Amino acid sequence: MKSVFLLIVITVMSIARAWAGDEPPTPLSNKVAIDLVQTHANYVWTLVAAALVFFMQAGFAMVETGLTRAKNAINIMMKNLMDFAFGSIAFWAVGFGLMFGATTSGWFGTSGFFLSDFTSGGDPWVLAFWMFQVVFAATAATIVSGAMAERTKFSGYLIYSVVISALIYPIFGSWAWGGLFHGKGWLESLGFIDFAGSTVVHSVGGWSALAGAIVLGPRLGKYTKDGKIKPILGHNMPLAALGVFILWMGWFGFNPGSTTAANKDIAMIFVNTNLAAAAGCVVAMFVSWIKFGKPEVGMSLNGALAGLVAITSPCATVSPSSSIVIGSLAGVIVVFSVLFFDRIRVDDPVGAISVHGVCGAFGTFAAGIFNIGGTSLKIIGVQALGIAACFLWVFPTAFLLFKLIDKTIGLRVTPEEELEGLDFAEHGGNAYPDFEVSSSHSSGAD
Amino acid sequence: MKKIESIIKPFKLDEVKEALNAIGITGMTIMEVKGFGRQRGHKEIYRGAEYQVDFVPKIKIDVIVDEALAQKVVETIKKTAKTGKIGDGKIFISTIDEAVRIRTDEKGIEAL
Repeated sequence: MKSVFLLIVITVMSIARAWAGDEPPTPLSNKVAIDLVQTHANYVWTLVAAALVFFMQAGFAMVETGLTRAKNAINIMMKNLMDFAFGSIAFWAVGFGLMFGATTSGWFGTSGFFLSDFTSGGDPWVLAFWMFQVVFAATAATIVSGAMAERTKFSGYLIYSVVISALIYPIFGSWAWGGLFHGKGWLESLGFIDFAGSTVVHSVGGWSALAGAIVLGPRLGKYTKDGKIKPILGHNMPLAALGVFILWMGWFGFNPGSTTAANKDIAMIFVNTNLAAAAGCVVAMFVSWIKFGKPEVGMSLNGALAGLVAITSPCATVSPSSSIVIGSLAGVIVVFSVLFFDRIRVDDPVGAISVHGVCGAFGTFAAGIFNIGGTSLKIIGVQALGIAACFLWVFPTAFLLFKLIDKTIGLRVTPEEELEGLDFAEHGGNAYPDFEVSSSHSSGAD
Repeated sequence: MKKIESIIKPFKLDEVKEALNAIGITGMTIMEVKGFGRQRGHKEIYRGAEYQVDFVPKIKIDVIVDEALAQKVVETIKKTAKTGKIGDGKIFISTIDEAVRIRTDEKGIEAL
């Protein structure tokens, strides 16, 4: 009786399955299904990381406004909003193709403009990859707004945003990262290590910032005729600190996300990122404590960022212990770099040049020295070559661009506008209207 | 009527306010001000650059009272605002010509 019952059940089930069109699994179909799970995981991780990196835009905005004056807060928000918005479009139209398009020379790409690599119904990986890359391009672009804060004409800054996202950033990027998609850069072919972009992103932003700060000149009242440096106090240190926390968290997408794959490699990259940030923060604090007599918040915040920037290149190819060393050295370098640029009268309200340009170069160099597979003169040499190539491409190009903008529509606001504050002069607004006595608007009931 | 203006250390405001309420004053106006007397400012540091802060934050209290209460007000403020350290502040006493309550048009002591 039991076997008859079993036979009936099996027969019914087979008929049901055949009716539903179900094929029994084969090893090949299993492999395809398993591979698809990994592919899906790659998409998920890459896009989650892209969202984290996008949020770094908020981090930059908060750091920059916290370290600058209240009368320019709206302007800082507008610049940070727009360098992302304009940059996204520019990178979609031109930048991505130049950076990752097919190339014969190895110096720039020539395909994939306007996201032409994607066709409806086609493989959407190019979309995920583009999304991840556009937030990196935007990171490089927004670094500059900090160094040029409080005296830059908004229209001039918009033009710069388009050019860096469309041209300056992607061309160098193609040399180092083109091979991640359809390209093949000359620099990466030599073995250049820059996993998440200490040079590709941060030094590109940092040297552009240097060019901008030099062409602009310092803020009014920053340096006196008899050589004194007068601090211009930021208006909100809690916002500056919030910005650094947001950037630190966003970096957990920036560095580990650069695997663009969901695998175990991301664990060490996460740890390296965190240890370098922590070490940079601690060391910079101690350096400020020793030098100035009290642990200073501005330098400590810059120290954390310096560690993060420095570890960005080596994060996948150094050990956690090395990360602490790299972060610590960055913490020392950034303090003295900030003081140095002030001494040579290059006014950088947030320390962008020191954090991103100088520590980006250092981190790239450290990637050669602390390379987990062992170092060599060749490895270090290629790193140095990449650092130099970046500076030689970015600084003169950005300098020329800012000079051009200055000569045509003007790069700097008038002294009257600068003293009044860009919020009113450029945007007709007031970031903190409640803190002003005014008869023309109501602050509420009496 | 007398006007008693005092400049005191900001953290003393609550103490002074409570003490003045206890002796029966009917109102006060306070202002956040900055200034210095013999208490000089101090040095601060911002991202590695030193700067001098000359003006120290203070609270200014204006109280208008009937002449009979004036001395008691001065003694009260003096006692509660004092810390013994430099920067305790000052009290200025002057005479008021007239006072008016806007709502009722009362004048003189009735307006206080």
